[in-house]
Amino acid sequence: MPTKHLLKIEDLHHSFGSNQVLKGVSFSLNKGETKVIVGPSGTGKSTILNNIIRLVPPDQGKIYLEDTEITATKKINEVRQQIGFVFQDFGLFNHLTALGNIMVGLTKVKKMTKQAAAELALNELDRVGLKEFSDSYPSQLSGGQKQRVGIARALAMQPKLILFDEPTSSLDPELTGEVLKVMRNLAEDGMTMLVVTHEMGFARSVADELIFMEGGHIIEQGDPEQLFTEPVHQRTREFLFQLTDLYGEGGA
Amino acid sequence: MDNLDLIQQALPYLLEGTVVTIELTFWSLLIGIVIGLPLAFGQVYGNKALKFVIAIYERLARSIPLLVMLLLLNYGLPRLGLRIPVFRAAVIGIGLRSAAYQSQIYRGAIQSVGGSQLKAALSLGMSRFKAFFYIIAPQAIRIAIPPVANESAIVLKDTSLAFTIGVVELLRQGEYYIATSNKPMVIYLTVAFIYFVLTTLVNGGLSLFERKYQIPGIGIEGGHSDAY
Ligand SMILES: Nc1ncnc2c1ncn2[C@@H]1O[C@H](COP(=O)(O)OP(=O)(O)O)[C@@H](O)[C@H]1O
Ligand SMILES: [Mg+2]
Repeated sequence: MPTKHLLKIEDLHHSFGSNQVLKGVSFSLNKGETKVIVGPSGTGKSTILNNIIRLVPPDQGKIYLEDTEITATKKINEVRQQIGFVFQDFGLFNHLTALGNIMVGLTKVKKMTKQAAAELALNELDRVGLKEFSDSYPSQLSGGQKQRVGIARALAMQPKLILFDEPTSSLDPELTGEVLKVMRNLAEDGMTMLVVTHEMGFARSVADELIFMEGGHIIEQGDPEQLFTEPVHQRTREFLFQLTDLYGEGGA
Repeated sequence: MDNLDLIQQALPYLLEGTVVTIELTFWSLLIGIVIGLPLAFGQVYGNKALKFVIAIYERLARSIPLLVMLLLLNYGLPRLGLRIPVFRAAVIGIGLRSAAYQSQIYRGAIQSVGGSQLKAALSLGMSRFKAFFYIIAPQAIRIAIPPVANESAIVLKDTSLAFTIGVVELLRQGEYYIATSNKPMVIYLTVAFIYFVLTTLVNGGLSLFERKYQIPGIGIEGGHSDAY
């Protein structure tokens, strides 16, 4: 039954040409949960997120948002409004101010009035600590600020769930903390989040579940602490410790 | 006769030709936009076959010297029973070539906005059409302004080739006046000066526009070099 979960993924397969990337991935997310996906680069993490909102439609498998089968719906734009997406390279609209970036989805997609959209957008900017930067263009913001605008833009759409694709990977190390802090606050406020990241500190302290993927499969998933301390698979231990060595406990 | 007097006498005729030069420029650029834009869309969003056909068109239009093109239209086509008035023949020839160059400008501008912004727009629930209209186009237009200014100046100058098929534009009027006055230096210099003023106006106008709509981080900051 797909009704219990907010997001349910069943037996996802995806190939690019002859490159078989996802070989049967299943997991689900309950309302208010934060799950973190880790795994080596090229293992299909981004593909899963892109499959979920059908930026890249999956070859096989089913994805549900509550009762809606995303993989079958004819109203994909309505589904996308309900799922926020935060990109590694921010994806900010360069011709719009921070406020404009947040407003454009509200006015052009949700058909809100300019005034209502501006008010909501300003609130979301405040929530990520960027109220004073509402008139700044992306080129005038630091990487960390850009990503916080990206998060505010996703939040303003009042999504049921937010997907994060390596939100701190293109930031200088000293800027990751401000973004992780915003994400941590969101998780505490009960936002449902699916996060692809290498930040093990964040995973250990925020995630309800950690999913370790490799070679198109989920190798192991469970309580983050347990995966770190007593993983079932030796490979999980190797990978997690290698990550912790590389990236440290960062931003925890 | 004094040179200044000569210029003064020639000026009304030269200005008459200038009007024709401006008309040639306007219509040629318009054809360039009307054909160039769909070509650019085809290059960006079309399938392989369409892209291939457009690429061939662009290569042809850019490889044939404009003079040869104009001669073909004016002296070649009538042999096939198709006679086009010289003004139109000139506009078609110059316009078809400009379409190839403008297509490349628009394609580059659209592509330079980048896939990650398109992804972001779609992720908000925008249709492709909305994403193009609200996100890509506003940036692409700004990026295209400097090269379009440049292309406009090139078209303006190349309308002078229309004189070879008998369009009475600025250069042709100059030739008439040289025939009666026998003062080529003065007249050609005056003609050159008028072209200089016109190209400066075109570039100045477009860079005013560019500055008015300037957004930090979009296009080439600090102004573009006038590569004409
Ligand atoms: N649009 C695409 N076209 C072809 N191959 C792709 C495309 N996107 C991703 N891939 C390939 O799919 C594999 C998985 O990519 P991705 O999901 O981005 O991995 P990850 O996010 O885990 O690093 C990689 O081998 C990558 O090269
Ligand atoms: Mg990735």
